[in-house]
Amino acid sequence: MVIDQYDDIVLAELSDEELIEQMYDDLYDGLADEVAEGTQILLNRGWDATRVLEEALVAGMGIVGIDFRDGILFVPEVLMAANAMKAGMALLRPILAETGAKPIGKMVIGTVKGDIHDIGKNLVGMMMEGAGFEVVDLGINVEADSFVAALQEHRPDILGMSALLTTTMPYMQVVIDELKKQGVREQCTVLVGGAPLNEEFSRVIGADAYCRDAAVAVETARSFMAGRA
Amino acid sequence: MQARSVLVIACGAIARELVRIRDMNGWRHVQFQCLPASLHNSPDKIPGSVLDIVRAEQENYSRLFVAYADCGTGGALDKALEGTGVERIPGAHCYEFFAGSDVFLGLAEEEAGSFYLTDFLVQHFERLVIQGLGLDRNPELAPYYFKNYKRMVYLAQAESDKLQSLARSHAERLGLEYVYLYRGDDPLRAVLTPVLGNSESVT
Repeated sequence: MVIDQYDDIVLAELSDEELIEQMYDDLYDGLADEVAEGTQILLNRGWDATRVLEEALVAGMGIVGIDFRDGILFVPEVLMAANAMKAGMALLRPILAETGAKPIGKMVIGTVKGDIHDIGKNLVGMMMEGAGFEVVDLGINVEADSFVAALQEHRPDILGMSALLTTTMPYMQVVIDELKKQGVREQCTVLVGGAPLNEEFSRVIGADAYCRDAAVAVETARSFMAGRA
Repeated sequence: MQARSVLVIACGAIARELVRIRDMNGWRHVQFQCLPASLHNSPDKIPGSVLDIVRAEQENYSRLFVAYADCGTGGALDKALEGTGVERIPGAHCYEFFAGSDVFLGLAEEEAGSFYLTDFLVQHFERLVIQGLGLDRNPELAPYYFKNYKRMVYLAQAESDKLQSLARSHAERLGLEYVYLYRGDDPLRAVLTPVLGNSESVT
């Protein structure tokens, strides 16, 4: 008998280990329905939501992040993967909320004034949430005053600013200057990101770190949180 | 060395306009070498590509000039050109020098959610925008890219009913308001004339 190796894989018939590996592949391929199904299967098998999130979704997106960094995947593929992760997160979020697990930190994030691009920001927000942070998203085109007000209201550990345009990235300096003026700069760690940015720019404007991608943002935030402990 | 000649290292997306401006102004000392317009979608590759040509051609011309703005390189193009004595077009990107800085800043201030088109982008929209963003393979991604855009501003270099109609169809396809603004070649010519227009300054 000839076995067709391309027969559909039945996720429910896979062992936990095989299922996790398959979910990595499905995330990589941006298959939202399959990732949601895998998430539900793991929950049905008694996995707690945090473990599913960390071992299946966040770890899988980590692989996507590495291949994006290395130029193997591009923005459209990362978006598809993020969409698939979102499908899994949708199942986990209510359970995580119910269990009342304490977030490992709080982040306020926004795209700076004059800039309406939010793909990178949203990806960072989702990955940070996946990593156990509470995320307050201020949206796009955010003025310095709004960042300051959010810092005063939410007292976050991390402030994330995003910009895609060469013309809008200097506004990050305006925000940091305003934070200093209002005496709240030292209250949190400032992370910046966006396609035209680099480490030198981050240093010059007085941010704490430049994050090349969402995975690096999570790593950097975790490391700052560890430093604060 | 090609005596008294200037090499302009240019983005392929503005080649037509550059040649037209040169020919109309009789700048016979100006030659062009263009890089692929597709670098528009991968600006990190622009500085290295430009610098390769600078290094290869610097000895062969009396002067080099770069017909790129910053173009999303976040200052990396300026850094690459540091110490070479080669200058580039001022500004953030081609929309700025096609519109003229004041007009462009006014448009951006008026509506941050403006997606800009030039003649080139209108003609190559399918390849550079739709395929470049993967929308041919995954049209469901369109809202992720465009949900915050409100309008599509066509900064026209040439007056063409055909291009206007095409530009309007691109705007409709993405559900954006369509704005047409004829700017011609004057803003770009005004930027180039001081650096390319005076052959006597080329030594």
